[in-house]
Formats: sequence, C-alpha cells, structure tokens
Amino acid sequence: MPPVELTQARLAVDGGDPLADGATVPLHRLAHARAGDKGDRLNLALFAYDPDHYALLMEQVTEARVLALFAHRGASRVRRYPMPGLAGMNLVIDDVLQGGVNGALNLDGHGKTLSFLLLGMTVAVK
Amino acid sequence: MTFLLGSGAGFSGDRTDAAIPVVAELIRRGQPSALVFETLGERTLAAAHRAMRDEPDAGYEPLLAELLTPVLGDCLSHGITILGNFGAANPDGACHVVAELAERAGFPHTRIGRVHGDDIRAHLSNLDLQRWEAENRDLPGEEALISANVYLGAVPLTEALALGAEVVVTGRVADPALFLAPLVHHFGWAWDDWDRLAAGMMAGHLAECGAQVSGGYFADPGCKDVPNLATVGYPIIEVEEDGSLVVTKPPGTGGCVTERTVKEQLLYEVHDPANYLTPDVVVDLTSVEVRQVGPDRVAVSGIRGKPAPQRLKTTVCYEGGWQGEAEISYAGPNALARAQLAAQVLRERLGFRAPPELRTRLDIVGLASVFDSDAGDLQRTAIGAGNGDYRLRLAAEHAERRWVERATQELLALYCAGPAGGGGVRRHYQRRVCTASYLVKRSDVEAFATLFEKRSEYHAAS
Repeated sequence: MPPVELTQARLAVDGGDPLADGATVPLHRLAHARAGDKGDRLNLALFAYDPDHYALLMEQVTEARVLALFAHRGASRVRRYPMPGLAGMNLVIDDVLQGGVNGALNLDGHGKTLSFLLLGMTVAVK
Repeated sequence: MTFLLGSGAGFSGDRTDAAIPVVAELIRRGQPSALVFETLGERTLAAAHRAMRDEPDAGYEPLLAELLTPVLGDCLSHGITILGNFGAANPDGACHVVAELAERAGFPHTRIGRVHGDDIRAHLSNLDLQRWEAENRDLPGEEALISANVYLGAVPLTEALALGAEVVVTGRVADPALFLAPLVHHFGWAWDDWDRLAAGMMAGHLAECGAQVSGGYFADPGCKDVPNLATVGYPIIEVEEDGSLVVTKPPGTGGCVTERTVKEQLLYEVHDPANYLTPDVVVDLTSVEVRQVGPDRVAVSGIRGKPAPQRLKTTVCYEGGWQGEAEISYAGPNALARAQLAAQVLRERLGFRAPPELRTRLDIVGLASVFDSDAGDLQRTAIGAGNGDYRLRLAAEHAERRWVERATQELLALYCAGPAGGGGVRRHYQRRVCTASYLVKRSDVEAFATLFEKRSEYHAAS
C-alpha cells in the first residue's frame, strides 16, 4: 500500500501541523472509517491510511475510549476486533442507536453518520 | 471459467440507471453472469409490510419496474440471470410485475422462479425462538405482530435456478445469498465446501450494497477523493471456480475500486470478523488479504469458511404506534438564541399539552443533531455561531396518533406564537413499524422454490 499522502488539502481539512512527534490530531488525519448497523448495534470499521500508524491506533483507540465517546447515547459495551492484515480494526458498539433504524427518534436512526464522530477523537502522534 | 456477478442496486431507493453500464459490460465480456438487485433492508421490509397492510397488492419493491425496465430485455436475450429480493413482503406481486415487464420486452415465456419459506408469521408462536444476541426486547404480543421473516440462505435460490429460472424473485434472504446462489449453481460447489461457500458469500457481501465498494459512500474531499461520483460504476465481481475473486467495475464509469474502498465494505455490518454468520456458512475474515492488481481491480483472498449455524435469524415486525416529525428554521442575527427559545417554548407547551408518556426529542440542526442523544446532551454544551442558520426539529412518538399530531401541531403554532422570524415549517406523521431479531431452528424452516405461473386472467388479457 502506498504511504499516506498528507496533501495541503488534507492539512486544510483538519488544520494543525504536519504529523510531528508529540502533535495531537483528530483521528480523521490518520484513518478512515465506515459505520454499519444491525438492530441497536453499530459497527465502525476503522483503517489507518498508513499501515505504520496501525500500532498507534491499537494503543489509543481503545474500547474504553470509544465507550466514553458514545456514553451520552447510552452505549453499554464496546468490543474491538483487531484486523492487523488490513491495518485496521472493527469496533462493535451495543445499545448506541437509541432504538435502531425503526425505533429511533434520531434523524439518523441507522447511525450512519457516527463513523465521523469516531474520526473526531484525538490521538497523539509519538 | 470465470463467473461474473454484477450489482444492479444496493438498497431500496438506489439509482435506477445503475444497472445499465453493468449489463453492457457483462454482455461485452460474454462470460456466464448474473445481475443482482438487493433492495430489502430491515427498514424496507417494515415499510413493505406497512404498505401491504394499507393496500394488499403492494408490499414489493416500489421501484421494481423502474429498476428492471432498462435492462430486463438485454439480460433475457443474453442469458444473464437476474436475482432480486425485490419481492419483499409480497413476492407473488413482484412476480406479476416481472412477468408483465418481460412480456412487454418481447419475452412472454420468461421463466420466473419464486422462493418460498421466509414468511413464518403463521406458525411463529409454535416455534422454539431465541433472542438474537444483541436483542433486548421480548417477542411482541400476537395482537401487535405484523410479520416474521427468516433470512433464508442460497439453497432455495439454487433450486429455482435448477428449475431453469431466468429471473429469481425472493422475499427475505441473506443479501449475499443472492450472489452465492448463481455461483453454486454454475460451479457445482458442495454445500459443505466451506471455504468456497465463504468466498462466494463474501463476493456477495462486497457487492450487495452496490456502489459502496466502488467509490460510493467513500468520498471525503481532500482526504479520500473519488472521480466522477455522479456516474459511479456499480461493482462487478469476477469469481473463479476455486473461490478466488476480483472486485472491479464497468469501464468508463465514475468511482474507483481501491484497497481502501474494498476494506471499508469488507467489514460493513460485520461484527466478529472471525465468525461472520450467514445462513450457509460461518465466514472467517481474520486471514483476509486485499490487494490492488490493476486499475480499479482489487483481489480479495484468504477468506475461510466454517460449518453453517444451526439457527437462522428472523426479523419480526410489530406495531410501534405513531411517529411524527416537525421542523422550523431560524437564520440571521441572533438565530441560535431564537431557535433555543423556540425549543424551550415547545418543551414547556408539551409539558402541559401532551401526556407524560409522549416520547420526544428536540434537535437544533446546525448546532447538534445526528451525533446527539435523545436527551440533548451535546446540544447543551455545543458552541454555535449566534447568527447562523438553524433548524429546530421535533420528533415524537406515541401509541396514539392524536398525541403525535398534537406535538407536531405545537411546533407549527410557533409560526405565530413563537420567537421572531421562524419559517419553513414542515410536519408529517406516520404509523411506525418496529423490528426485533430472533433465531429459529434451521429444521423449523421449510424453504423451496417454484416456477411462477401467471394468473389465468392475465393469459386471457394477453
């Protein structure tokens, strides 16, 4: 896989400095994600653009931090399935959709937009 | 010889011109192939049952004729099998439409296969049911129950193909089974050849959401750019007899097939990647490899399979009372304060104009909405520009229509009695159908296929 291209456009999207040691950046700078739902359960598939950042994701995108990020929505449990071969992970979050696609009062009953809530989490580049 | 799987639609409401370039490419290649329309989600099945309750002839995919008309004749004349779960709650109704469309396209003797057995509503109460693992709700009472449909596997679909079906119409089946069936039929894979079944299931999994594997639902400008998204090409999966597969798309279409687009779709709606449950095989993705092998060509390998589960997932739809929404906009100087005042007024009004069990939610779109909780936690702490462009949204739910109507009417009344400058009210309310998931024993499900016979009056008319 080619190394991540940190284009000027990318920097403009997320702001901040180029990836230097010690910088704190939104996950969105390092990774891409997609959300999927089944009932009241959400999965977030998260992948590092650059496989070299996989270890950083594993260290900082923990089950506890993801649970805290979704706590306001009533999330009860997060399970993380590492996928090293894909430089990514699958995060499965229970009871986060407040009723699911046919029961939620949220505009987005599927939780499709929530991949970008995850990508707003900050991570420290070491 | 390679078998080609093309996707014509990935959900109910998908683009109705998407299949045209896919079929053109399948014809150009001249290899054995099938075209699949996946148009049935948890949401759409509930909608289909609701439609059928109001109008008994409805209940199949509403866009069926629009989806099929542009490609049906070309598929029939080139031996491209069509499979679709567009039967939804009413496969017979869909078969009638397909028969009429085929007749109109000049193919009056088209063999239409119809899959039976997913609808277990009639004997649900006699079955040994388990809750699906993430399901918290008890089975609704008989009076609230609308429907119960099992996710069937590929077996009855291959029976339809063995009967010579050129078009296969199903209700609820596991989405990727629509793609696995023509592979099993073509290659003669055994039902315990787990690795091949798993590869075929994943070919279906990758293609079942249409453009989601080929550049759709992927673009993030400046980060993940996708060329010509307006004409994104829907996927074609090339599958070999040994189960190896390549994801691609028709030449000349927009979009892109890259390792990144394929990875995002590979885990879409998957939970434990070591045990992705499907009716025909348990898929293990832990050794999967994704590799770009050419422009818009990505090979996926290392998919492993394990024996099929003993229980099948069932979606139960039941009466969920009424749900309504209403919205009003505030923009310009001090808009946020006016929207927040409107929300406060509405909350106060509903406190004495509606019963306490009315469930409501208020969003201020532009400040905090889709990320927020029903309680509005983010809305209380979010910082928005004072003079932006905001839309107050109310959602309400109650067993009785009159209270949902009342709630949305209270928002409408903000026109004259709320803060200054509110405008653009929209309101609507509808019956709600809820869904819950259970597991039934495989041995309790009797699935089979028949060839659809046109009604006699239809013969008379033609």
